[in-house]
Amino acid sequence: MRAFLFLICPVLLFLGASYLLPFLGIVQLSFTDPDPGLAQYSRVLTEDLPTGVIWRTLRLCVMVTAVSVSCAYVITLLWVRGSPLVRSITELCIMIPFWISVLSRAFGWLSMLSNRGLLNTWLQDMGLIDSAIQMTRNEFAVVVGMSHYLIPFAVFPLATAMRNVDERVLTAADGMGATRLRIFWQVFLPMTASGIMGATLLVFVFSIGFYVTPALLGGGQSVLVAELIYLWIFQIPQWGMAAAMSVVLMLGVGGILYVLMRRYGEMAK
Amino acid sequence: MNRLRPGIIATLLSGLVAVFLLMPLIAVVPVSFTSRRYLSLPNGDWSWRHYAALFEDPEWGQSLLTSLQVGVLASLLAVALAAAFCIGIWMLRPRGAGLMTGFVLLPMVAPPVVSSLTLYFFLNQMARWNDIIAYDKLGGVVLAHMVMVIPYAVVVVMVSLSQLDRRMDLAAQSMGASVPTRVVGVILPNIRFGLIGAFFLCFLLSWDEIGVTLFVTSVETITLPRRMWMGLRDNVDPSIAALSVLLICVVTLLVVIRAAMLMRKERSR
Repeated sequence: MRAFLFLICPVLLFLGASYLLPFLGIVQLSFTDPDPGLAQYSRVLTEDLPTGVIWRTLRLCVMVTAVSVSCAYVITLLWVRGSPLVRSITELCIMIPFWISVLSRAFGWLSMLSNRGLLNTWLQDMGLIDSAIQMTRNEFAVVVGMSHYLIPFAVFPLATAMRNVDERVLTAADGMGATRLRIFWQVFLPMTASGIMGATLLVFVFSIGFYVTPALLGGGQSVLVAELIYLWIFQIPQWGMAAAMSVVLMLGVGGILYVLMRRYGEMAK
Repeated sequence: MNRLRPGIIATLLSGLVAVFLLMPLIAVVPVSFTSRRYLSLPNGDWSWRHYAALFEDPEWGQSLLTSLQVGVLASLLAVALAAAFCIGIWMLRPRGAGLMTGFVLLPMVAPPVVSSLTLYFFLNQMARWNDIIAYDKLGGVVLAHMVMVIPYAVVVVMVSLSQLDRRMDLAAQSMGASVPTRVVGVILPNIRFGLIGAFFLCFLLSWDEIGVTLFVTSVETITLPRRMWMGLRDNVDPSIAALSVLLICVVTLLVVIRAAMLMRKERSR
């Protein structure tokens, strides 16, 4: 019993005091500030600004998820099934960006896409365009930057699924005379479906609460949910609205994670 | 076997993805050598001024120091709390262990912006009582980072404990060792690599942490990512490019060394 007190309790107390209680405080704020009751929630879910932001977030996150998971699928294919040399090269291409800070990566995209950036300078030097094309401060830049950040995260569940594919099944399909395309389409792809599902949910959950990349590459033009919460705290203080939006976000992510756990729980049985 | 390796289409597509992944990292290199004060490409006049600025401006050094302090303190405390918790769960296997672990992992799965808001709220409240662990103070940032990295420390230590032979602990127990002796003499030495790994992971996460840091600091305690953010947000400062190039070089070096070490290990087998 004493061991319980000294070993297990400290972290529970620490997180209880510095995380759970304040979170409950946020929940309380969402029902009380400024109006008591559900007023903040009805405003978050009906007013033009927050609903517009929620829809934009969902739309962009679906795009980001589609781009990241499909890019990750191709490169994971090479990482898992390529020749040893190809495998080590792709591993470097995945791991180096993975470990680099989100800020450096966002800055990299600014250097690439901004008006005086690499891409515009090249295109102008080659005479393909006369004046710079606006490629940052819009949704395009946000999708590019977020997908770039999330591809490595999509790679890991996909790699697990691809490593679990039984080689003999593929050899059997090959031996029966199936074409390469058919082996991929009818055997390999269905066998890695669980990995695709896992990667999709993981990337979607990550992308939905994203703050840094959209704020830097969107340049205030395409505000997402997380940035709206930031604005409601630091620019136009409306604690109750920020709190209500956080609770909505938390419930949304919690719902997705619940589905994910149930699915994986069933598969583990 | 070779017939089932990824074909030419998959290789080409992966090549494109690899270019996409590495492109922004390469794009910062020319920008870092520009002679101008804004984001641009050097037009024949390459300059080291932004690298020099990193070393001459005492603010960068100050931020580096702050980041190191926060990283070391937060990781040490987080690993200590996490290790105690995991050992307690492992030894006692109490009822509700799953629930308690789920609670401890919460900051990892909750959307970062919700955690940020929660911690900002908490540190604001704390500022009324003390000025050490408070908003925009070193102690406050350490606490916020601890909350965010504890789940990762718990995961790493749990994995390390799951590989430990329970009979060793039982032997010590049957010889009459007390709980402190079992923890210090038997368990800790056997999971030391897990603890070191957990420390480094926590340090890296804290070193790169920006989402929560943005909410809990303003002008007094400025970590390195926070200063980068300021340089990116207000007017894009090419010093960030120089710093990014340095960080990218360090990461690339470490990843390549690790890959080379793994390859040597495999060959010697």
